Amino acid sequence: MINAKLQLFDGDLPVEDITNGWYDEFRNSNYGAIITFVGVVRDEDGIDGLSFDIYEPILNSWFDAWQKKAKKSNAIVLMAHSKGDVLNHTSSYIAGVCSPKRRVALELIDEFVEDFKKSAPIWKYDIIDGQRKYAEDRSTKIDGAGILS
Amino acid sequence: MVTIDFLGPINKDSLQVDIKNLSELSEILKNDEAVSSWLETCAVAVNDTLIRSKNIELNSGDKVSLLPPVCGG
Repeated sequence: MINAKLQLFDGDLPVEDITNGWYDEFRNSNYGAIITFVGVVRDEDGIDGLSFDIYEPILNSWFDAWQKKAKKSNAIVLMAHSKGDVLNHTSSYIAGVCSPKRRVALELIDEFVEDFKKSAPIWKYDIIDGQRKYAEDRSTKIDGAGILS
Repeated sequence: MVTIDFLGPINKDSLQVDIKNLSELSEILKNDEAVSSWLETCAVAVNDTLIRSKNIELNSGDKVSLLPPVCGG
């Protein structure tokens, strides 16, 4: 069963395997709240799906920093993400938090997902007619961008 | 030599350049048509650590990565 805290997959995520794996791994750790957020690719603007590039060294350090932050609240964070193509109505992203208390988990998952969207080194492309088109208008500059300009 | 990696949608092969700091890199990339338009929006990492200042000395064997705007999920 899959249970690593950060998991990357080629293509769409095996959602049940991932979330069941985390549940089996962490339900005996005395966490009172286990929250998962499952992102599903929507059929909109004529896309067939999304595609992703990930830069893993910086993703790992970003995730490690979040794990340290969560630990201060006696919580842990979990994440799974796709690389490559993910078709409509399948999942490309799961975030999770395990915490002794629900309030910590609810607040942390909000912050974790929002920071993920603006900081994690992942690039999104729309798949249209078999071609990848960079989702530039939905992308966010990482803090500190522009120092070479 | 310092290796320059262009991540994600920049879609450009790595460069090997003989430079001593990021200011020199900035001058080189401003004159590169494939990259110059990305500079304003790209974050920069040196040896996989994001940095916020151009005042960084570089040594042979270092790696500089340019990270365009992101959108995970």
